[in-house]
Amino acid sequence: MIVEARSVVKRFGERLAVDGIDLDVAPGVCFGLLGPNGAGKTTTLRMVYGVSRPTAGSIRVFGIDIARDPRAVRARLGVTLQENVLIEALSPVENLRVFGRYHLLREPALSRRIDALVDFLELRSHAAVPVQRLSGGFKRRLAIAMSLMNEPELLVLDEPTTGLDPAVRLALWARVRDLRANGTTVLLTTHYMDEAQRLCDRVAIVANGRIIAEGAPAELISATLAPETVEIDCEPGEESALFDGTPPARHRLRSGRRLMLYVDDAARLVERLHQRDPTNRRALVVRPTNLEDVFLRLAGTSLEGA
Amino acid sequence: MSLSVPHAVAVWRRNASMYRRIWMLNILPNFFEPVLYLLSIGIGVGAYISQMGGTSYAAFLAPGLVCVAAMNGASFEVTYNIFVRLNFEKQYDAMLTTPIQPDDVLFGEVLWAVTRSAIYGICFFIVITLFGLARLPAALLVLPVIPLTGLLFAAIGLAFSLRIQTIDLYSFYFTLFLTPLFLFSDVFFPLKERLAGGWLWVAEALPLLHPVRLARAGFAGRIDLNALWDVTYIVVVSLLLLVWARGAVRARLIS
Repeated sequence: MIVEARSVVKRFGERLAVDGIDLDVAPGVCFGLLGPNGAGKTTTLRMVYGVSRPTAGSIRVFGIDIARDPRAVRARLGVTLQENVLIEALSPVENLRVFGRYHLLREPALSRRIDALVDFLELRSHAAVPVQRLSGGFKRRLAIAMSLMNEPELLVLDEPTTGLDPAVRLALWARVRDLRANGTTVLLTTHYMDEAQRLCDRVAIVANGRIIAEGAPAELISATLAPETVEIDCEPGEESALFDGTPPARHRLRSGRRLMLYVDDAARLVERLHQRDPTNRRALVVRPTNLEDVFLRLAGTSLEGA
Repeated sequence: MSLSVPHAVAVWRRNASMYRRIWMLNILPNFFEPVLYLLSIGIGVGAYISQMGGTSYAAFLAPGLVCVAAMNGASFEVTYNIFVRLNFEKQYDAMLTTPIQPDDVLFGEVLWAVTRSAIYGICFFIVITLFGLARLPAALLVLPVIPLTGLLFAAIGLAFSLRIQTIDLYSFYFTLFLTPLFLFSDVFFPLKERLAGGWLWVAEALPLLHPVRLARAGFAGRIDLNALWDVTYIVVVSLLLLVWARGAVRARLIS
């Protein structure tokens, strides 16, 4: 295992941030911690790279106890923090140079590595411009480049694409896939279900400092709900009339007026509902079930915390 | 002790590479300040003072102002700059994702503050030498006092920075601590000659007084037992503060 956490608890005074988490991240896997803000994801990551100490439990990374030898562990991993930490007055290349020295890289290896990262994250166009003049997406790419300086075996990404536009997100996901294809293990946190679903081989769903479910995204969906979702507007009092005689759903969830039915095959249900609402006033939608639904089912609240 | 000198040097180099870009903007005001004092007080006011401790007033002033330049160089670094790196820019959080440890951060920052004090102090030393106020080679004895002054004020400023929650409190540090030190630490007049017998210990407690006395002894080429006491004061106070700072830095960076 690349990361092995056992019964990890973290308490900040009265507040229990992490409440007994077990984590096994296998080599070469992209592992996602999915959960709303404040669920304990960042605290868990901070304990993995050793800047936060567990109140109880143990964490081994690359088989090394992080509490005993954080230097040895951190020499082999890279971390992209939630907030970019860049030196605004310096250019991307100069930022990479400063960061490379933190890993004790020396010339000519340092320049070679910077060059490779400038290419890999497409930083060439503004490689010599002070960071303060760059866009949010560019800064994020630079922050990720910095965390790759030491060719890490484990890349830790805390909310890698929060606040970025869709094109930048897609580009970053592609880079993370490239890294994984080259054997890098990835551990990321996100509160976007699409990010977890598209990027991660395994997902742990985190709520209130605990892992409430874990598995491959498709596995989690089929074990918790069903592969297809039918959404429709419907007051609680209208349910019996609307669904009388329709094939039963495996699960139903309600979020205000919106009702979600989880089924193995939506075709027959949709046909019936169409007959009862031919003008589609109820805004019927058929879509694949996603991890947001799984979260809603398991935690009882949405990922946005609403 | 978890100090790795190469990692501390990496922290030092980060600051050095920042400083290389802004040194002109940065060095000029801080460098001119003691020069202006030298011109105004040393040569202006000094014209009315026939002699002071056996030299011209400007020559009396010069060694103390070397220490003031060193004190300023270190102080700016460990106050506003460190506070911003620690609380606003979160630079140390990024460093701690690499093999760098809190002890390396502390050592690298102190080393950098001492470096800056040396840049200021040595520049000012060159100026007074050009003014003909330093008798060479005897006055070269002042050079080791510059980094010692830097170390002392790096330690004091760092301890203050680690205690405060808001950046606004630095106005107290500069106006109510460094400025009085500057005015009363033997730079302009021998404080002890103005104190009643029972208050002499107050002078000995002032941190800037010790480097100033050392610098003046160095300039005159007269090193005696007093110098030993001054060096001991500087080293012991610096070390005590840095030992405390070490725990405080760990507590701030590792939760």
